Amino acid sequence: MTEYGVVLFYTTSSAIRAEKLLTKEGYAVRLVPMPRQLSSDCGVSLRFDWQQHEQIRSALEKAQVEIDAIHHL
Amino acid sequence: MIYLDNAATSWHKPPEVLKAMVDVLERAGGNPGRSGHQLSIEAARVMYDTREDIARFFNSGDPARVIFTSGATHALNIVLKGLLKPGDRVVASSMEHNAVMRPLRTLEERGLVLNVVPCATDGSLDVNDISRAVDLNTRLVVIVHASNVAGTILPIAEVVSIAHRAGALLLVDAAQTAGVLPIDMKAFGIDFLAFTGHKGLQGPPGIGGLVIGDHVDTSQIEPLLQGGTGSQSELEEQPEHLPDKFESGTPNIVGIAGLCAGVNWITDRGIEAIRAQEKELTSALVDGLSGIAGIKVYGTRDPEKSVAIVSFTARDRRVSDIGLRLDEDYGILTRVGLHCAPAAHRTIGTFPEGTVRLAPGVSTTAADIKKTVQAIDKVVGS
Repeated sequence: MTEYGVVLFYTTSSAIRAEKLLTKEGYAVRLVPMPRQLSSDCGVSLRFDWQQHEQIRSALEKAQVEIDAIHHL
Repeated sequence: MIYLDNAATSWHKPPEVLKAMVDVLERAGGNPGRSGHQLSIEAARVMYDTREDIARFFNSGDPARVIFTSGATHALNIVLKGLLKPGDRVVASSMEHNAVMRPLRTLEERGLVLNVVPCATDGSLDVNDISRAVDLNTRLVVIVHASNVAGTILPIAEVVSIAHRAGALLLVDAAQTAGVLPIDMKAFGIDFLAFTGHKGLQGPPGIGGLVIGDHVDTSQIEPLLQGGTGSQSELEEQPEHLPDKFESGTPNIVGIAGLCAGVNWITDRGIEAIRAQEKELTSALVDGLSGIAGIKVYGTRDPEKSVAIVSFTARDRRVSDIGLRLDEDYGILTRVGLHCAPAAHRTIGTFPEGTVRLAPGVSTTAADIKKTVQAIDKVVGS
């Protein structure tokens, strides 16, 4: 079974930007409602395969996408 | 029918714009950034893609600094009311629309120091006059890119350097130029660009935006509206992050989709081609009107120095009578009066009577202009 991680953002705009960027780079990511155990925010977070968390973090850093946090689910 | 009121709102809109507006409700009808389900996320994607297209169109940089508003008025108000404090000094031109003048006059009552620099009677601005008015205490320079009354284009690039040399910020009102004149925010160095979607950009009414330069510190600007953004909902305080800080409330996704289609339609057609067409139409109009006895044409009368807006008056004829006869007898739609810009009409010498304004657009033909000149000749001569 796949272990997931999620990226949390401050704005939906950043979440969409990250989705667009990572999808283009070939990562299987998906925008999902914010997991309630992580935040009471009513927006979205970006779910990804935890095995790729280092690559995802560095891709977002490289593109200067501002993120709130990355969590292992 | 000949529609010559494109400076008020462009018509007829490209079919792609109408299709995009219907399509977004069918395909992406959720509330963007709120609910996290497929339709909500798809709407957020439409919004983000439009931000990217707008940022590319104006070469502004970060798409998160494209703030959607109801139009240019809303965008101008965000900067004027959010940035300026009592005691601040502001320089504006005498060709400004009431979307700028009314907020500024209100702020003046609360202690703002406003310096309105007079333009010439053809609407043109001498940059030396701006240079003399701007000093190290100037907080903001506000300038209309092209007059909605006389069509005159103001020298934005020169005004930017004067403002920046004095440490002031520059706000450009691009209501009449977005979509018809190339605007490169980075090359010009524009700090704030206020635009509307429903004129040159061929979108629907009710959508526009404020584009903020990458280098501008937005912590100094109070948001005009506060409320839900879909983000950071655990906080009762307004978030500082862009674009959310200035975008509270459910966005106009239908308008955004239409705006996006309009911007892409212009990009496909080429802004240079649109400009060339509008110059030809303006030139034909000015030449035609100049040959009619008793008519006075305002502005520079030079299509190189103006957008497709031609204002005129006629001896012994009220502008309202001319407008009504053109509409009723010839199906020619114009706009008469003061065009929400009393300062501009005072400058060109047509206050309080106003002018008849003819504003061709992308759907206007050379034949339309010929018919219009003939009709005006008859209406004024009879």
